Amino acid sequence: MSELRIVNGRVYDPANGVDGEVAAICIRGGKIVESVSDSARTIDAHGMVVMPGGVDIHCHIAGPKVNLARKLQPEDHRLDVQPGSDVMRSGTGGVVPSTFTTGYRYATMGYTTAMEAAVPPIFARHVIEELADTPVIDKGFYVLLGNNVLLYQLLKEGRKRDFREAIAWWMNAAKGYTVKLVNPGSDELWKKRRENISDLEQKVDHFDLTPLQVIHSFIEAVNDLGFPHPPHIHCNNLGHSGNFNTTLQTMRAAEGRRVHIAHIQFHSYGGEPGANPRSAAQQIIDYINANPNVTADVGQVMFGNAITMTADAPLAWMLRGFKKGKWVNADTECESGCGIMPFSYQEHVFTHALQWAIGLELFLLSEDPWRLVLSTDHPNGGSFMQYPRLIKLLMDSGFRREEIKRLNQKAIATTGLASIEREYTMREIAIITRAGPARALGLANKGQLGVGADADVTIYTEDADREKMFNSPRYVIKDGVAVVDNHEFKTPHDGRLLHIAPGHDNAIEDAIRPFFDDYYTVRFDNYAINDDFLHAHEVIPTRPAGEDKKD
Amino acid sequence: MALELTLHTQPEVPLEAECITPQRVAGLAAPEVERLDAMHGNRRVKLGDFFSAAGKGANDIVLNGDLSLVKLIGAQMAQGSIVIEGAVGMHVGWGMSGGQITVRGDAHDWVGPEMSGGRIVVHGDAGHLVGSAYRGQASGICGGEILVHGSVRNETGGAMRRGLIAVGGDAGDFTGVNMIAGTIVVLGNLGIRSGAGMKRGSIVSMNPAPLLPTYQYACSYRPLFLKLCLQHLRGLGFAVEERHINGRWRRWSGDSLELNKGEILLFQR
Repeated sequence: MSELRIVNGRVYDPANGVDGEVAAICIRGGKIVESVSDSARTIDAHGMVVMPGGVDIHCHIAGPKVNLARKLQPEDHRLDVQPGSDVMRSGTGGVVPSTFTTGYRYATMGYTTAMEAAVPPIFARHVIEELADTPVIDKGFYVLLGNNVLLYQLLKEGRKRDFREAIAWWMNAAKGYTVKLVNPGSDELWKKRRENISDLEQKVDHFDLTPLQVIHSFIEAVNDLGFPHPPHIHCNNLGHSGNFNTTLQTMRAAEGRRVHIAHIQFHSYGGEPGANPRSAAQQIIDYINANPNVTADVGQVMFGNAITMTADAPLAWMLRGFKKGKWVNADTECESGCGIMPFSYQEHVFTHALQWAIGLELFLLSEDPWRLVLSTDHPNGGSFMQYPRLIKLLMDSGFRREEIKRLNQKAIATTGLASIEREYTMREIAIITRAGPARALGLANKGQLGVGADADVTIYTEDADREKMFNSPRYVIKDGVAVVDNHEFKTPHDGRLLHIAPGHDNAIEDAIRPFFDDYYTVRFDNYAINDDFLHAHEVIPTRPAGEDKKD
Repeated sequence: MALELTLHTQPEVPLEAECITPQRVAGLAAPEVERLDAMHGNRRVKLGDFFSAAGKGANDIVLNGDLSLVKLIGAQMAQGSIVIEGAVGMHVGWGMSGGQITVRGDAHDWVGPEMSGGRIVVHGDAGHLVGSAYRGQASGICGGEILVHGSVRNETGGAMRRGLIAVGGDAGDFTGVNMIAGTIVVLGNLGIRSGAGMKRGSIVSMNPAPLLPTYQYACSYRPLFLKLCLQHLRGLGFAVEERHINGRWRRWSGDSLELNKGEILLFQR
């Protein structure tokens, strides 16, 4: 069994209270252990920083929408070709890299776990295949259930228990990690007559439900079912000025239960609908600071090329009017919507500079790094390859000041960003990129280096230029294998699928089957994914019901 | 003294020789030029495996042999000259910003993609997609001149943004498709669907042409710019006649599915 010892490095393991002390990390058989034999390979990490492998809580890296985005941008791939080698498969990069390249690039940036954030369950089978071709990293995916017609019908009929059982059935059928809600309630209106939800208390057509009731019901059911990660919510009114009230309303609907708000930067805008956009970062962060049941990822925008890729079809429709370039809208039967559009964030554009500043404000005003973690909503706010630059923005106030000077000054003046001097410490960076997301995901063995944890370790050479430092880790160890060894990608490795398998009453299938016969293009018996279809996978346990109703 | 490269072995599959460009060979002795990298299919090879070099790396390069399977000659060229004595393969002058490439024979598809300046002269025919945008890209060439004395095939000047493309012979279909701006002059005949999706710019032809229903007849006039443009082309050896220079032209405006600010000018008399 391969053994490894890392010595002399400064270890940042916030989950275990280790804050930059020099300590040894021992690895055997893919796990962190107490000690290893003398014959173990020893890495001398003198002058280096040792952290758990990075954990990305929200990104879009697999599935039909990602593939559509790849097809939509051949011009982006042509300029970033990843040649094959003895240890790497060939591929292309750009804003939406091919599957293999996605895995390699996460790994060579020190990330070892990533969560695909929006999968219509009908395409889960395809997603599992794509994720199996995404090397090195462990990955899971969130299942889009927030606009599911059958679930809405169950809610309308007041069948709460069936609603909960159906969610559990769907998670098993798709092999997902948690429930994702995207602009809940909007798809019906969008598909029928090109309208969107603007008020959480408006009725969703014939369902006689409001988005607020839908949100509340999902949060309640998922907490009762004890999923390791609570509902992952893309709130209504994304990108609209004045949307912070919707976001607050959504968080309040949790009534103290666990909830995760995705890319909250896009939901922290003040002003009135359609006018006077400004920052409402303070109002949002005050709520998060005061309510420990809420976790969120920022969804920072980074200047340069991006591509909006979302289940929020009406949003893509709105954005396509600004850019007038190529775009895609797609339908996914009774489950969700889909919109894709290449985009670029530019320093001189008022709204783009404002979005950038609001994201940073959220980071810098956050009092609990465990609950407000790093993301760019890859590739919506920018590629995950921009994380090192974002880390530098957070750690280096001088660099931030220089960057601010290059932006649209009108936009900056409407925010409080210029007056914030805070700099993130190395410990806080280790939290927002690893320990925090792992905890929010309920991944006990990730994001920490205690005995028994997965041996996912990243070692960086200390450098005052934090972007440079976090861009090129010297060693990346995944499951005890030194994938990146002395800055070089050396050993191919395949990660595994992380999913949950909540218990449920099989009688619920009697309620679901007729709906499939009537409305789906897929036969019920062909829909659910069996365990034997999976590649390497790990079931993350759900918590027994009732244990964590309120933290 | 010019650098002279002669093909001694015909490649079996296309040879990508981006290194054949004045900046890359400048100051290199012949043996060093032969040691430059190229791709033969998916294998990395030395330029010397296919070419023998004579002279020394300079601003001027002369290429001999049938280069119809050699791609990307003059890639990113910014100055100097390349003379190709025979035929040339795809993507000649990719990303060129200055200097001149002369092809004495025929050119394959994709002449001068992503070009922003300089001049490419093809004495024979050229293939499809002369000066066009690469697939997925918003715009084609944004400057420079591509002068083809023979005929071209489909999608000439696709999504071009600026610059001049002149064709001595006939053009295929979809000339100036999705054109954003710039000028295309075809001395021979246009194929069908010329200017489909065109926003701005001018497509000029000496002969009657089938037009899309989204083009409307505007007027008949003597555009001054065209007089200058045609005189310029005559100076470059195109068979422009006096009656063309002083003639009247029918202006058709379109594509009305897009901005409707483009024009197709057809010679009247």
